[in-house]
Amino acid sequence: MKAFRILAAGLAGLSLAAMAHAEGGAAAHPHEPEGGWPFDGITGQFDMPSLQRGYQVYREVCSSCHSMKLMSYRNLGEPGGPFYDPDYPNPNDNPFVKALAADVEIQSPTPNEVGDYDFRPAMPADQFRSPYANVNAARAANNGAAPPDLSVIVKARHGGASYVYSLLSGYPHEDAISTREVTPAAVTTPASDNGTPDDPSDDVAEVSTPAEMQTIIDMSKVDIAGHEAAEGEHGDAGLLIQPAGQYYNPYMAGDTTPQYIGDPRRSPPGGFLAMGPQLTPGRVTFADGTEATTEQMAHDVAQFLAWASEPKQITRKSLGLPVMIYLGILSVLLWFSYKRIWRKVEH
Amino acid sequence: MSGHESSYTPNTGFEKWLDKRLPIIRFANDTAITFPTPKNLNYWYTFGGILAICLVVQILTGVILAMHYEPNVNGAFASVERIMRDVPFGWLLRYIHSNGASMFFFAVYIHMFRGLYYGSYKAPREILWILGCVIFLLMIATAFLGYMLPWGQMSYHGANVITSLFGAIPLIGESLQTWILGGPSIGNQTLQRFFSLHYLLPFMIAAVVILHIWALHVPGNNNPTGVEVQDVEKDTVPFHPYYTIKDGFAIVLYLILFAAFVFYAPNALGHADQAIEANPLVTPAHIVPEWYMLPFYAILRAITFDLGPIPAKLLGVIFMFAAIAILFVLPWLDTSKVKSMRYRPVARQFFFGFVVVCLLLGWCGAKAPDAAVIPALQGEKVLVVSYTENGQEATSEYKGGGEAYLDAKRFMESLPEDANPSLAAVAAPTFQFAQLSLILTICYFGFFFMLFFIGLSEKPKELPESIHKSVLKRHKASTATAVPAE
Repeated sequence: MKAFRILAAGLAGLSLAAMAHAEGGAAAHPHEPEGGWPFDGITGQFDMPSLQRGYQVYREVCSSCHSMKLMSYRNLGEPGGPFYDPDYPNPNDNPFVKALAADVEIQSPTPNEVGDYDFRPAMPADQFRSPYANVNAARAANNGAAPPDLSVIVKARHGGASYVYSLLSGYPHEDAISTREVTPAAVTTPASDNGTPDDPSDDVAEVSTPAEMQTIIDMSKVDIAGHEAAEGEHGDAGLLIQPAGQYYNPYMAGDTTPQYIGDPRRSPPGGFLAMGPQLTPGRVTFADGTEATTEQMAHDVAQFLAWASEPKQITRKSLGLPVMIYLGILSVLLWFSYKRIWRKVEH
Repeated sequence: MSGHESSYTPNTGFEKWLDKRLPIIRFANDTAITFPTPKNLNYWYTFGGILAICLVVQILTGVILAMHYEPNVNGAFASVERIMRDVPFGWLLRYIHSNGASMFFFAVYIHMFRGLYYGSYKAPREILWILGCVIFLLMIATAFLGYMLPWGQMSYHGANVITSLFGAIPLIGESLQTWILGGPSIGNQTLQRFFSLHYLLPFMIAAVVILHIWALHVPGNNNPTGVEVQDVEKDTVPFHPYYTIKDGFAIVLYLILFAAFVFYAPNALGHADQAIEANPLVTPAHIVPEWYMLPFYAILRAITFDLGPIPAKLLGVIFMFAAIAILFVLPWLDTSKVKSMRYRPVARQFFFGFVVVCLLLGWCGAKAPDAAVIPALQGEKVLVVSYTENGQEATSEYKGGGEAYLDAKRFMESLPEDANPSLAAVAAPTFQFAQLSLILTICYFGFFFMLFFIGLSEKPKELPESIHKSVLKRHKASTATAVPAE
């Protein structure tokens, strides 16, 4: 019994350690789509039509800014991939995958016979085309924030696919967003020029700045799952000012307090990111007739990214079962052997 | 029991020929087949065998992974993902290797606690215990070096934190750190040397394991009673088949736990930031080591004050290394002649307390130092208005619900224009993890000093006369209690 007590404590420690990693910023907790993810659990499978739609969303929306450097077009036609065809065990022969690759023009990674790098349609063996030549170009084109590579994004974020889904479908509704004109002198941004109260040039410079447009979000109209909406009572304005070129999202890690007009103890969860809402309803037209709502597109692309982050996860889980059965039977056999060998020894 | 008589008789002509030249079969027979082992070893004693399996698994998977890995800052991250995607069963090898480290440490901690509980460090097993501590130290170094190789965000920034500890050493610290890194900061040269050493150290562990088993086989196994073997006939059984089958059973149970992680939760013990390629310019919000380092990490961060001329950082480093170093001198800290805590009623309670302290230290290591231990007990944040009055900085505090905000707002509006007020929410003071870590650190070291005094004053329970008698007594007791229940 003593032994079990220590074992239980040890396991508790192990689980504690595992839980520890869940700690993050003050962002809203990511939630699954309704009905959960089909690939969850030990017998989970990817929903192939959803993966195919997800690739389409990536290809038509995400890929204009985000690279997926660890993916090649051939991966799409490999066993477990969205466009796998049993007639073509070698995905490089799969005509559909070839067509998907050829749809994209890339700069050849190898020089031609005279040493130039041609532009040509991609082949299944080619990597997914990167939208920018390098990270500096990506940064320069996106307001200083380089869009992250999406190859392993589901593994790289707490909450995994649910995080991607929640983020993409979690931007505040446009009813909550408005713009107003402000003259910078009237802006009550705290702690902007604290250090030099006597510096006369400060105020002069501010007053002479022309009026500018400011995007504000009325937090009382933003509905965040599992989070109380800011009430209008107590004169709590509950307004969030979006910095220029930034977008508020409750699932983004960060701190909204400096941008919040209202009780700083009740600043909304989440933070700001340089990517605005992308998946506006009808942004893509799905070939299978599925209606392209924001949630549907977010669901499909999150599932596609979950597959891309770990293409072998279904193989892994399906190999797990026979391994477990084998070890289970072996342990039973060893238990009886142990009992038999020790039957005459008091211990 | 290396002194036990060899029962090996060479049968074939070749065996006789070999036995005269290199008695390797005799050696194997005497150490792994006929070696007399106390008959009362419980399942806590199977972790030695489990650890041997862990080491073999790590070396085998590691050697194959090294065939595909690219120790280069530009290619390391992608090569690890290539192993997961394109190498046949590469995902399996890599997940076994990464989860294998966790399984290795989980087993070694149980093995160490077992040695602590049954007094396996006491005479004549001091060298055995110290060799075990050397293995543990090498394991920590190997795990730390290996964690660098995937070149993820935690690899880079974790290595940065740990190598900077050497920089805290006075006089030589900075030079030492530069020497370890191979340059002023972590770069390609650091990754390459870490890879080289990560490949070397497991073989050094294997070598010390051989010494460890040698040192085990001279006095023989300790056992749950702590009473030494007196009569080999009555007290012991040959290692094979009795303990090969018992260890084998335990190993398979352990492999089931191992497989559950590898196949169904391979990333549960890892950190999401490890899937982001290392970027020196972006520091993760919370740098945390792997779970098995967390208690030591907590001790490192527990010291937040300078002690005379010793800065807090150096003091933290000293305490962290002392937490491991104290294990080396444990055989001489514990003054009790009784080995097993079964017969030490006072020390036994302290032992369980020590286990809890270690687990809680792990919890502290995982949390931000300024976070509240019990968030429910932390009061609401206080609103603080900071402003300038006649050129002087001033603050005004508001506590309470929504009204407090209104009051603060009204006050800010009432201030003159040049007051330049700003509003901030300040967390209420509470019991933080930094404070809990410090208390637990004191408890950690306190345990070892208590062992010294408990050993002098404690009145132990009556020890069994022999292993054989203790086994018989236990059986009698269990049948006696079983009767009235029927």
